[in-house]
Parts: sequence; C-alpha cells; structure tokens
Amino acid sequence: MTLVLSVFEQGMIYAIMALGIYITYTILDFPDLTVDGSFPLGAALSAVMITNGVNPILTLVASFFAGALAGTVTGLIHVKLKVRDLLSGIIMMTALYTVNLRIAGRANLPLYNMTTLFENGFVSKIFTGALAPFANVIIILVITLIMKFLLDWYMSTKSGYLLRAVGDNETIVTSMGVDKGIVKIIGLAVANGLVTLSGCIFAQQQRYFDISMGTGTMVIGLASVIIGTSLLKKVSFLRITTSVVIGSIIYKACVAIAIKLGMPSQDLKLITAVLFLVILVIGMDRKKKVKKNA
Amino acid sequence: MLELKNITKSYNPGTINEICLFDKFNLTVEDGQFVSVVGSNGSGKTSLLNIICGTIPIDQGEILVNGTNITKQKDFIRHRRIGRVFQDPSKGTCPEMTILENLAIADNKGKGYGLGRGTNKARIGYYKELLSGMNLGLEDKLHTKVGALSGGQRQTLALLMATMNPIEFLILDEHTAALDPKTAEIVMELTGRIVKQKHVTTIMVTHNLRYAVEYGDRLLMMHQGKAIIDKAGSEKQAMKVEDILGTFNEISIECGN
Repeated sequence: MTLVLSVFEQGMIYAIMALGIYITYTILDFPDLTVDGSFPLGAALSAVMITNGVNPILTLVASFFAGALAGTVTGLIHVKLKVRDLLSGIIMMTALYTVNLRIAGRANLPLYNMTTLFENGFVSKIFTGALAPFANVIIILVITLIMKFLLDWYMSTKSGYLLRAVGDNETIVTSMGVDKGIVKIIGLAVANGLVTLSGCIFAQQQRYFDISMGTGTMVIGLASVIIGTSLLKKVSFLRITTSVVIGSIIYKACVAIAIKLGMPSQDLKLITAVLFLVILVIGMDRKKKVKKNA
Repeated sequence: MLELKNITKSYNPGTINEICLFDKFNLTVEDGQFVSVVGSNGSGKTSLLNIICGTIPIDQGEILVNGTNITKQKDFIRHRRIGRVFQDPSKGTCPEMTILENLAIADNKGKGYGLGRGTNKARIGYYKELLSGMNLGLEDKLHTKVGALSGGQRQTLALLMATMNPIEFLILDEHTAALDPKTAEIVMELTGRIVKQKHVTTIMVTHNLRYAVEYGDRLLMMHQGKAIIDKAGSEKQAMKVEDILGTFNEISIECGN
C-alpha cells in the first residue's frame, strides 16, 4: 500500500516536470537540458524558503518564476546569441549547478519538522483518522491537476496557438508578423517554470534537498512523455497532457517494481538510461510508420 | 509603392565560390500592380522575393515602401503587411494543427497574440464561408489536422491564410509548382480572383510561362540578376507565350538547362 501511494505521489510530482518537458521536447522540438539544473533549483529554493519559514504555497509561486527565469536565459542564449539548442541547455544546466549550491549553501539540506505543503496546521486538521495516509497523494493530485488544467488553458489561448505553431512550422510564425525567437523563449520559460515547481514539491515531499537530485531529470521526463503519448495514443478522449501525467505514473511504477524485485538502487540511473533508450527506439519506430502511412 | 534601389547581393563573398547575384538592381512596383516574374534557375527570382521579405540580408542598396526605408527592418516586422505563399505547401500551414486552428492563427495576425481564446467561435461561420468559396469541401473538415490534407488543399488553405487579413503585398513564390496541373489551375484561378478582389500589390514568381502571360499586368523575365524583359500595361496584355518562349530558350541554353 505504501509502495502504491509513493508511486502515485512521486509519479504525479514528476508529472508536472514531464509537462514542462512535453512543451520543450514535443511542442517546441527543443531538447532542453536546462531541466537537469532547474529541477534541483526548485528543490534548493524550496529547502531554503521552508527553513526560513516562508509559506509553502508561496514557495511554489517563487519556484515557478525562478524556473521561468532560468528558461528565459536558456532561450536568450539560444535565440540571441545563436548557440545551438542542446548546447544552450547544457550551458545553463552547468551554470545552475553553482547557482543551486549557492542558494542552498551546501550540497544537501534536510527538512524535518518544518511547515511544508504536507505538514502544516491545515493539513493535520483536514486529513484525520483513516484519511491521514492519503494526505500527500491528495495534495499532490490537486496541485498536479491544477497545473495540467492551467497548461491546457494556456495551450488554447492565442499565445498557446503560436507556441504550437513555432514547433510545427517556424515560418508561419514569421509570416504572422511575430518574432519566433520570443515565442520560443516564452515556451522555454513556461516549461522550466513547471520543472522548477516540480522540484520544489519534490523536496518538500522527500523532506530534503540534494544537489544531485536533478541528474537524469531530462531522461525521466522524456520517458514519461513518450510512454504517455505512445501508449495512450489510441485513447482519443484523453488530452495529451493527461497522457503525460499517466505516463509519468507508469514510469515511476516500473522503477518501483524494479527496486522491489531486488535491483540495487545504485544501478537505477543505468536502468533508467537503458529503459529510456528502449522506449525511444520503440517510439521512433511508431513515428516512422505513421509518416509512411500519411 | 515598393522600390528596390541599387540592390547588390552576392553569395559567399570573399571566397572562390563568390557569386554576384545582383549588381545595382533596381525595381519599382506601383500600388495594386500584379507582377509575374519568370526566369531560369539561379536567375535571382526567389532571392528577389527573399530580399523584399527580409529573409536574406542585402550587401548594399535600399528597400523603400511608400518612401519609408525598410532595409534594416526585421523579417517578422515586414511580414505584418506581407502575405506570402511558398512553393512548399507545408511552409504556409501548421500540419499538426487543425484547419480551424490554422485559420484562427491567421485571423489573429496583426491583432496580437495574448491570452484570449485561440479560436473565436463567433468567427467559425465566416471561416466556413471562406472555405466553401474554395470548392474543396474543406468547410466540413474544420477539425481535421492540416497534415492529413493533400498538397493542393494545403496550398489553397495557405493562400487563404496569407490573404485573409488586410495586407499591402502578396508574395507568391512558385506557389503552384508543387501541384498537379489541375490543382495548379484551380489555385491559380483563385489567386487571380483574390488579387482582383483585394486589389493587393502582388509579385508572383512562376515557372509556368502561360500563367505569367495570362495573369498580372506586368511581366519580368530575370536573367543573371537583371530584368531582361519588363513589360507592363497594354504591351503586357498583347504578349503571348511564344513571344517570351524564344528569349527564355536563349537564356536557358546559355545556362545549360
């Protein structure tokens, strides 16, 4: 039971990050490695703010904007300084490593007995008795759903239409008299905002910050996006954002099962990489088939 | 009025592959004029359009619109008064988005892309009306992804999207070249109708000499960065395909085509 709950908790926290990767990878066609730095950025900010007694809700808002700023810088490096997309992300990811260390002050920070999203007066009043074990999963579900619906809403606005257009066909954005560079920067800002928000929640749920938390964020997020979009492609009533959330939970479940079966946790990243490669290859195959049929 | 003054443009300057395309090229297009541009490959037709649209920079010279110098203006700003249709049908539309979403994006051109609803439901009737004027049956497929349409349907949609807003210039870059003869005919007829209706200044590059003769009120033949034929008004109206075919063959032989 605890295992299932923790799969759902972590799966949905990572789902918010995966939604960000869905924007950069699927919509913008931009392999954004900034996320490996912006995820722990959220965790670091969260740890420091919580330690200093900042309202947990406020940490979410602050994290989103900090991440959006990081994404904007990546976008500026790519668009204005004309650095290749992958390299822009790598530069930013490397820079963020130091930024995160500076924010947290050290490589790890525990968060015990603090007022967090999951441990506060309000939560202990509402979730009593039999409901108590479900407090975390319900809180995370609510936040994840809010973010999903906000993203769905944004994608249906004029600005969101342009974001989809720029990944689909850059030329059309220029034809509409809009600077395609700005549209890309907005996309990267929103995406990294979501990733940092996810890191912020993750630190509060895990009750610690660690500088290496972000390693592999990109791969986990991509795996979730690809699992979600390719497995649930046939289920047409689901929005893609919903599929991504489900994909993230499925991914976490796979990892949890692997550990349960006795896989040593230090092998996790290797398994993650191999699993991702397999998913990627299968996903590519499907894409080709679709193109041939079209 | 669009004026190109003393345009100089070379590719790969400073290398042994340097190609001087335009050397002090001049062109003036009056408001409302429909210019057809023909010429062999590499004669500078598409470069001419790219220079007007700001897609490629020029080395020297000036581009003026109604007397205002726009030489330094960025491409996306210039496109605010330009509608453009490309040879490749996929360039003028978004394949992953539906017909309705594509039209909605085009409809918003010049009105800002903020956080309002992407598709204005009240405009759907108008879109359907526009589409039914194309006679392709697209008005019943508003929720179909554009990627699923044929090249001709996509190009028609692209033409519609490029012209549904008030624009000053319509730039057509061999926009019928990738289509089968029948579809090309339909798209061309539609183009003629739209240009007449909107009275928009149009520059059309084409490889089809018949279209160049039949449509438009001015004809340019480009060769090695120069306009070797430039006929307008009654002179243009009197022209026949045979008249320009001779010149076209001469320059083509020269180029080894």
